[in-house]
Amino acid sequence: MEKPLVAIEDLHVTFRTQTREVSAVRGVSLVMGKEKIGIVGESGSGKSVTGRALLGLTPPNGTVAAKRLEFDGQDLRGLDAEGWRHLRGRRMAMVMQDPKFSLNPVMTVGRQIAEAYRTHVNAGRAEARDKALAALEAVQIRDPARVFDLYPHEVSGGMGQRAMIAMMLVAEPDLLIADEPTSALDVTVQMQVLAILDDLVARRGMGLIFVSHDLDLVAAFCDRVLVMYGGRVVETLKASELSKATHPYTRGLLDCVPRLDRPQEKLNVLDRDPAWLAGA
Amino acid sequence: MILSARNLTVTFGEMRAVDAAAFTVARGESFGLVGESGSGKSTVLRALAGLLDNWTGELAFDGRALGRTRDRAFYSRVQMVFQDPYGSLHPRQTVDDALAEPLAIHKMDRREARIEKALEEVGLGRGFRFRYPHQLSGGQRQRVAIARALIVEPEMLLLDEPTSALDVSIQAEVLNLLDALRRRRDLTFVMVSHNLAVVAHMCARLAVMSRGKIVEEMDTESLRAGAARDPYTQRLMAASRGYDRALAESFRALD
Repeated sequence: MEKPLVAIEDLHVTFRTQTREVSAVRGVSLVMGKEKIGIVGESGSGKSVTGRALLGLTPPNGTVAAKRLEFDGQDLRGLDAEGWRHLRGRRMAMVMQDPKFSLNPVMTVGRQIAEAYRTHVNAGRAEARDKALAALEAVQIRDPARVFDLYPHEVSGGMGQRAMIAMMLVAEPDLLIADEPTSALDVTVQMQVLAILDDLVARRGMGLIFVSHDLDLVAAFCDRVLVMYGGRVVETLKASELSKATHPYTRGLLDCVPRLDRPQEKLNVLDRDPAWLAGA
Repeated sequence: MILSARNLTVTFGEMRAVDAAAFTVARGESFGLVGESGSGKSTVLRALAGLLDNWTGELAFDGRALGRTRDRAFYSRVQMVFQDPYGSLHPRQTVDDALAEPLAIHKMDRREARIEKALEEVGLGRGFRFRYPHQLSGGQRQRVAIARALIVEPEMLLLDEPTSALDVSIQAEVLNLLDALRRRRDLTFVMVSHNLAVVAHMCARLAVMSRGKIVEEMDTESLRAGAARDPYTQRLMAASRGYDRALAESFRALD
């Protein structure tokens, strides 16, 4: 059998605060290859914490435990800083929600991308510049040479996010974790950024973990969807079969969204069942 | 007609954030302004609320022209709810403080009773009265912001993306609450949102804004029936149906 790109079994992430312990992720399992996986849930469901644990980005007050936590056959449990450095950015990368906060405001967009490339690949300045320009072109930026020299405050949100994606892809990672990559963008721009991600993933044969609160969006975009609630996966679905979701939480999420093609006097609200927390 | 705008223009330096916008809102109506970031929709709302003074044109409320500044009487009739419930409540004021302040400003009586009633109306029990914002969830904070706006018994609410920062399940609860309050109190709403489906749910009529201009105004039924004529409105509608590879391609061609 081909070895999976990511194998997670019974992942637990617990945070210590001054007064108590909070279990943010409680027993998540996922085996994936070079496919597009969506992780969907509301704030506090543990979706982002799961993505971050896979990248070793759990904050110091958090503890990660798992029966299995592997990337491309390599055990990630107990990996040291040096080990993480070889993986992060080079083999697995992350795109975060808001380009305003994830781009360095005092460095031009192009230099940041070139720097990312040289951090991971032993290359000269000229080569890094070429790679950065090519990466900007790959994310459909029309005039890469001009955008290369712009500072983050000089680009729009959509362009900033495309630049972030370019930066994450320049080292050609095998896995991209995108945490709400388009939530800060307008719908029409969002659509174009998703199309770019879609093409890049298909062309390069990457794995993608797409973390989002937007169930419809993720279903239209991914191959499989994990629905999280209270730190657990309550349902796993083929994205094309979202309408056949059976878990009341998934159904409730789908039902409470206002839709243009479904006029309603009153919106349905989610009736939370305490049993969902126990994994029912 | 309770509110009208004619030739409303707002400029920031060289930039025309709002360009000759015109619309009217009837008493008891729920009117929506839809558009993407930078379209000028929130700027229109801020000009209405008296939070800007760099506008030209004519604004009128209940038959009287509005000037650059607004008096207290205006704010006892028109109140605003902002997008971010994390930014709009003072972190060191309890819910009780937040609700008592407008009562003091407007010199209203029976404060005790009004605060309790306001909390009850937005579905928060007495137990929430002496909590601080950090002890509340996003949805609860937005309920407090709504209670604070309604406690002075206004006729009109200006709503700036009131649920964009909330999870969809909480959004449904807050939208239902706003709708119920509007019916019960005969309120007039002017609601700004980037989400076409949210506005269609809440409003009977809406205007679509793009680059400072109102490009189309229509009733919600026509919108749902697909009668939008303006290409920008059509594009927004298509995008709000969800991700579609071919559609994204067509947007690129339009850029």
